[in-house]
Amino acid sequence: MKTLKAVVPRMLVFFILLMVITGLVYPLVVTGISKVFFNDKATGSIIEIDGKKYGSSLLAQEFTSDDYLWGRIMNLDTGTYQNEEGETLAYSWASNKTPAGEELESMIAERVEKIRRANPDREGEAIPVDLVTSSGSGLDPHISPAAAEYQIPRIAKARGITEDELRAVIDRYTDGKFLGIFGEKRVNVLEVNLALDGILK
Amino acid sequence: MSNVVIQCVLYLVILVALGIPLGKYMGKVMNGEKVFLSKVLSPVEHGIYKLLHIDKDEDMTWKKYAVCTVVFSVIGFIFLLVMCLGQGILPLNPEKFGGQSWHLAFNTTSSFVTNTNWQAYSAENPSGGLSYFTQMLGLNVQNFVSAATGIAVLFALIRGFLRVKKKGLGNFYTDMTKIVLYILLPICLISAVVLVSQGVPQTFREYEEVDLLEPVTLEDGTVVTKEVIPLGPAASQIAIKQAGTNGGGFWGVNSAHPFENPTPLSNMFEMILLLLIPVGLCFTFGRNIKDMRQGRAIFIAMFLMLVVALGIVAFNEQAGTPKLAQNGAVDIAAGADQAGGNMEGKETRFGIATSSAWAAFTTAASNGSVNSMHDSYTPIGGMIPMLLMMLGEVVFGGTGCGLYGMIGFAILTVFIAGLMVGRTPEYLGKKIEPFEMKMAVLVCLATPIGILIGSGLACLLPATADSLNNPGAHGLSEVLYAYSSAGGNNGSAFAGFNANTPFLNVSIGLVMLFVRFLPMLATLAIAGSLVQKKKVAVSAGTLPTHNAMFIFLLVFIVLLVGALSFFPALALGPIAEFFQMIA
Repeated sequence: MKTLKAVVPRMLVFFILLMVITGLVYPLVVTGISKVFFNDKATGSIIEIDGKKYGSSLLAQEFTSDDYLWGRIMNLDTGTYQNEEGETLAYSWASNKTPAGEELESMIAERVEKIRRANPDREGEAIPVDLVTSSGSGLDPHISPAAAEYQIPRIAKARGITEDELRAVIDRYTDGKFLGIFGEKRVNVLEVNLALDGILK
Repeated sequence: MSNVVIQCVLYLVILVALGIPLGKYMGKVMNGEKVFLSKVLSPVEHGIYKLLHIDKDEDMTWKKYAVCTVVFSVIGFIFLLVMCLGQGILPLNPEKFGGQSWHLAFNTTSSFVTNTNWQAYSAENPSGGLSYFTQMLGLNVQNFVSAATGIAVLFALIRGFLRVKKKGLGNFYTDMTKIVLYILLPICLISAVVLVSQGVPQTFREYEEVDLLEPVTLEDGTVVTKEVIPLGPAASQIAIKQAGTNGGGFWGVNSAHPFENPTPLSNMFEMILLLLIPVGLCFTFGRNIKDMRQGRAIFIAMFLMLVVALGIVAFNEQAGTPKLAQNGAVDIAAGADQAGGNMEGKETRFGIATSSAWAAFTTAASNGSVNSMHDSYTPIGGMIPMLLMMLGEVVFGGTGCGLYGMIGFAILTVFIAGLMVGRTPEYLGKKIEPFEMKMAVLVCLATPIGILIGSGLACLLPATADSLNNPGAHGLSEVLYAYSSAGGNNGSAFAGFNANTPFLNVSIGLVMLFVRFLPMLATLAIAGSLVQKKKVAVSAGTLPTHNAMFIFLLVFIVLLVGALSFFPALALGPIAEFFQMIA
C-alpha cells in the first residue's frame, strides 16, 4: 500500500508527459512536415481539375457502363454516410466471404455471367480472377493489366476508338512493381476513365 | 510461383539485415551506452527525470517494477476509457462521432492497453467510430506505451539472468523513457514521413465528399452520386501501430485500405516495421546477456517457424480454390500480367506474395494489422495465421512480450530435457527450480486457457451464431480466430465476424487483459527470483542452449503445447472446411 501511494502520483505525471510527447508533439511534427513537403498526398490525393474534385486517385469508384473500364467488385455501402443535405454518400467494405464456400461460388458465377455478356469478343476466354472478386478494402483502385486487357475490345467499340489508342491510355496509368520486384503491376481504373472522358490529360 | 518465392525471400532478407544492427542499437540504449542520437536526446531524457524528480539510479525489486507496470497500465486504461466514452464532447471531432457504448469502450480500451489492437469497431463508421482526438491522444499513445511496457519487462528479465545475487531489476521510469525516446520515436518519425510521401493522409480536415464519375443506381432505383473520402492524422498512427506490434488500423479495413497502405513501397515499410523490433530484440538479448549464441539460437527457432508458416500460406493462396476457378471460367493462374490465385479479399497492388508474407508476419508478431482479409483466405491459408497466434505469439511475437514468452518456453524446454536425462535444469547459468517452473507454466499456458475457455463459452451461446458471416466449419473458424487473436494479444480478425455485442466485447476484453498481464507478472516474478541466484559454472552436466539440438527441442515444445491444446478445435474448423472443399 505504501509503495502504491508513492508510485501513483508520480506515475500519473509520467503518463501525461508521455501522452503529450507521443500523442501531441509527434503527430503534430509529422503533420507539419507533411504539409510542407507532401500537401496533396497528406490530404487524400484528391484529383482536382479546374476547381472540381473528381475523387481520390487512391479510392475506387464503381463503373458498370460499357464505355468505362471496370474495377474490382465493390460491396457498396450506401446506408452509413450522408452529407448535411441528407444525400447518400457511397463507401465500400470487404466481403469477408470464404473462397471455399458455396455462397461466394454462386456470387462469382453471377459475375462471370454478367462479364461474359458485356464482353462478347472474349467468348471462351477465362476471366482474370481480380475482375470477379472483391478486394481487401472494397476500395481497391486498381486492377491487374490482364483484367484491363480483357476489357479492351468492349471499351474500344463503345467509344469508337482503336484498341491501340485505348491501350496507350491504360499504359499511361499502369504502375510497375517497386524496383521491378515488390508488389504487383496494376492499372488505376478511375484515372483511366477520367482520361477516356478527356478530363485527365 | 517464382515471383512469390523471390518476394518472400527478399522480405525475409531485408528484415534480418535491418534487425541485426537495430538489435545492437537497442542493447546499447538500454545499457545507457552512448549512441549516435545521444547528443540530441540525452538532454530531453534527463530533463524528464529532473522534471519528475525521478531518481534514475533507483534499482527496483521485481515487486516494485511490477507495481509500476500495473499502475502505469491502469492509468492508461482510465484515460483511454474516458476518451472512448466521452469523445462526443472532446475536441478534434469533425465528424461529430458520439461516445462508444460501455462494452465497446471497455473492449477498445482493453485491446489497446494490452498491445492487442483488436477492433470491434471501424474508426470511420459513425456507429462506434473514433474521433481524431481519441485516435491521436488515446490509441496512438497506447500504441507507444504498451509496446514500451513489453520491452521494459523483457529488459527486467534480461537483468535477472545477468545479475548475480542482487535484488534490483532496473528502473521502470528510465527504461520506459529510453524506449520511447531513443527507439520508438525516431523509427516512427522517419516511417511516418515516408508513408505520407506514398499517399497516406496526415491532416485534421473533415472527411471529403466528391461526385462519382459514374452515378450508381441501387436496386431500389435510388441514384447515388457522391462518395465519402475519410481523412485524419493517419500516417503518424500507422507508423507506430506497425513498429510497436500493435496493429490497430486507422480505418476499418486496416492496411488493406488504399489510404493506409497505398503502394508496394509503403507496404514494404509497414511490413518490415511490424517484425523489426521483435527480430532485433533477439539479437539485443544475446548481446546484453553477453552470449550472442543464445540470442541467435532463439532467433533461429523463431525464424524457422516463420519461414515454414509463410511457405504454407503462400502456396495455398496461390493455388486458390475450385470455387474461384469455376471450372475454368475464371483465370486464377499466375502470370506476368496478373497475380492470380485467391484474390478474394486481396488488393491488386499486393497480389499473393505480398499479402501472404504480411499474413504470416503479422500473426507471427503479435501485430494483427492486415493488408488482406484473412476471413477470405483458403482454409489452410487461414489456419496458419490462426495457429501462429495460438502458439502464444512466441514466433517473434509482440515487442518484448514475444521474446519473454519464448524464454518461458525455453525454461520449460530445459526443464523437460533435464527430466529426461536426470540433470538439474539450468538456463543461461541460472538454476531453474520449482518457483521458476511454476511461473514459466503460467507464461506458456495463459494463451491456451484464454482461447479455449473464451471460444468454448462463446460457442455455447446461441446468440454467437448471429455474429457469423459464413456458415458451417468456416463459422467456427471465425469464432476460434477471434479468441485466438485476443488470446495471443494479436488483434487481427476474420473480419466478417461481428464482434460488437455485449458478450463478445466483454469476454474478448477479459481474455486480452488476462493473457497480457498474467504472463507479464509471472515473467517479472521469474526475473526477481533469478536475480538473487548465484551463477552456476558451465560443466559437462550443462545442457547447451545454443546448439541445433536445443533449437529443435524448443521448436518441438512450442509446437507440442500448441498442437495438444488446439488440434481438436482446428479439426472442426479450418481442417474440416479444407476436406469439404476438396471432397
